[in-house]
Amino acid sequence: MVEMVTRPYASAFEKYALANKDVICMSADLTSSCEIDGFRDRHPEQFMSMGMAEQNMMSFAGGLGLAGYRPFIHTFGVFTYRRPYDQLMASIAYPRRKVRIMGFLPGVTTPGGMTHQAIEDIAIMRAMPNMSILETGDATEVESLCEAADSIDGPVYCRVLRGSVPRLFDTPIKVGEMRELSAGDDVLVVTAGITTEEALRAKAALAGAGVSIRHLHLHTLKPFDSKRLLDHLQSVKHGVITLENHVINGGIGSLVAETIAEAGIEKKLVRLGLQDTYAHGGSRPYLMRYYGLDALALVRGIEGLMNIETNIDADDLDAVRVDAVHSSAKAEAL
Amino acid sequence: MKNKKTTEEVALGIRRRVFEHSMRNNGGYLSQACSAAEQLAWLYNEALNLGEPTMPMIPPPFGGVPAPGNDDYVTGAGYNGPFEPQYDRLFIAPAHYALVAYATLIEVGRMAEEGLEMFNKDGSSVEMIGAEHSPGMEVHNGTLGIGLSTGAGLAYGRRMRGDSGEVCVFMSDGEVQEGQTWEAIQACAHHGIDNVWAIMDVNDQQCDGAMSSVMEVRDIATKMRAFGATVVEIDAHDLDAMRQAKAEPHDGQPLIILAHSSPTKGMEFLQRRFPRLHYVRFKSEEERDEMNQSIAKELGIDPVQFDTH
Repeated sequence: MVEMVTRPYASAFEKYALANKDVICMSADLTSSCEIDGFRDRHPEQFMSMGMAEQNMMSFAGGLGLAGYRPFIHTFGVFTYRRPYDQLMASIAYPRRKVRIMGFLPGVTTPGGMTHQAIEDIAIMRAMPNMSILETGDATEVESLCEAADSIDGPVYCRVLRGSVPRLFDTPIKVGEMRELSAGDDVLVVTAGITTEEALRAKAALAGAGVSIRHLHLHTLKPFDSKRLLDHLQSVKHGVITLENHVINGGIGSLVAETIAEAGIEKKLVRLGLQDTYAHGGSRPYLMRYYGLDALALVRGIEGLMNIETNIDADDLDAVRVDAVHSSAKAEAL
Repeated sequence: MKNKKTTEEVALGIRRRVFEHSMRNNGGYLSQACSAAEQLAWLYNEALNLGEPTMPMIPPPFGGVPAPGNDDYVTGAGYNGPFEPQYDRLFIAPAHYALVAYATLIEVGRMAEEGLEMFNKDGSSVEMIGAEHSPGMEVHNGTLGIGLSTGAGLAYGRRMRGDSGEVCVFMSDGEVQEGQTWEAIQACAHHGIDNVWAIMDVNDQQCDGAMSSVMEVRDIATKMRAFGATVVEIDAHDLDAMRQAKAEPHDGQPLIILAHSSPTKGMEFLQRRFPRLHYVRFKSEEERDEMNQSIAKELGIDPVQFDTH
């Protein structure tokens, strides 16, 4: 049974911010939803309430950066780039301000539907010069996120998990690297964020069916180590499959496609994720099943890629974690 | 820096330079020189506490954008003096006033005349729409409405650092159509940010014409006060009124001076173009000649000599 950690961001941020006095905690009216309510109450001098006014918040953070501070912006990921895109670019990304954008509830981890689901954020941020991107996939990565993000010389956008988060890894994020979770030679599986847990759920069943998986987990999406990915691509026989909590255009699937094309190697690629579609409101397991982002979708994708039948069905996969909707960890509620 | 000229002389010099430049280059932001000359002259010559420029008098060419590895990157802030705690900072929010701002830098001895010759030339940092790396510009403000927010953030940071220097934002009235302006004022008021202040060129003009015809904004002063600013309204061409307005107490609030200006002040010939004054082009050689003669006379200079095409 995997260890579950409650609100890992809350304690990790507090510890990091207290040790780094130039860190300013900013919130846009989603303070408890971003697990910084305790910090606000205990350290009001290092906290700024910016209200529901993201355009001002972005430019204001740019001004704070000009004064030598390192603002940590907290809100839902989707609110950090859709409305204030211009401000994000002109006031933060262009001048390379050291603003750390903590985007909570990435992709379908929110039941809030289209308006709340950041499903194209990676594509947007990848296209933005000077912006770095980190994504957390477990409690250890959430706990090490603040230090990793703050080590970047320029702005960084982070996809942050909140609430009850599984611990999958025992080493912190090392910016620019990737995790090799298994080293098989049939198919390369590339995941990030919550899809890594899904791939792990399929691991035993796939092994039982005789499929040898090479599994990479990405926490640094930009800058990206394409050369390292290429080594892994060349270590598998049948091709590569990407599974992402994001639209398949502009995210991890595209990242892998670009690497393949630029290297001129011949590898089949299957991109799983939101297939050029919006999602709607619902629970995370429901949405992951409905849109094909879960372990079963990965198994079917691998079958297609290898042209085999594994006879694996949903019952053969490790159990889905179901978080209580109204738990103290604020697992699903907004 | 010691004032070499009176502020009136600087303002007249700004109008003359922008006029001459526009005549030679077949058009320009003439109206902005008319409305804002006194404001920019007063800011640089009197109101702001700026150190000696740290940048060369002749602007260096474009040196690339901020990027990893471009370690020599500098903004145009050095023309406004060193970034030290005791000195003020100035953001020119309407970046299309750049021509007027560059003319001001020359008039107050912060940039060489050659700088204006580089205006809008390929490879030059003296860009038509002021960029972060253009002389006198400190941040990117090309999209209207972001200046006051950035100034507020810098001011808040400087207050936490204990800097005595303030942050001034030169604004334009069209910016109040952007929601961000109001977000910025409410944030300043909520956090008691009073080391930021602004002077707004209220000329009732925007790109499409008179603001009242494009998007009526009603009483800006009343709205700003309701959002939490201290507001003083003055005649933008009255320097004594400007000096008094700056002295207005504004504890816990930003000070915003609404400087009601004439978009044709000093070049009344431009009234013929009213209300399309955002960027004045000449419709014919005859019109350019007539404008050249008439405005030169108004400004007390000889008509500009240029090659006829």
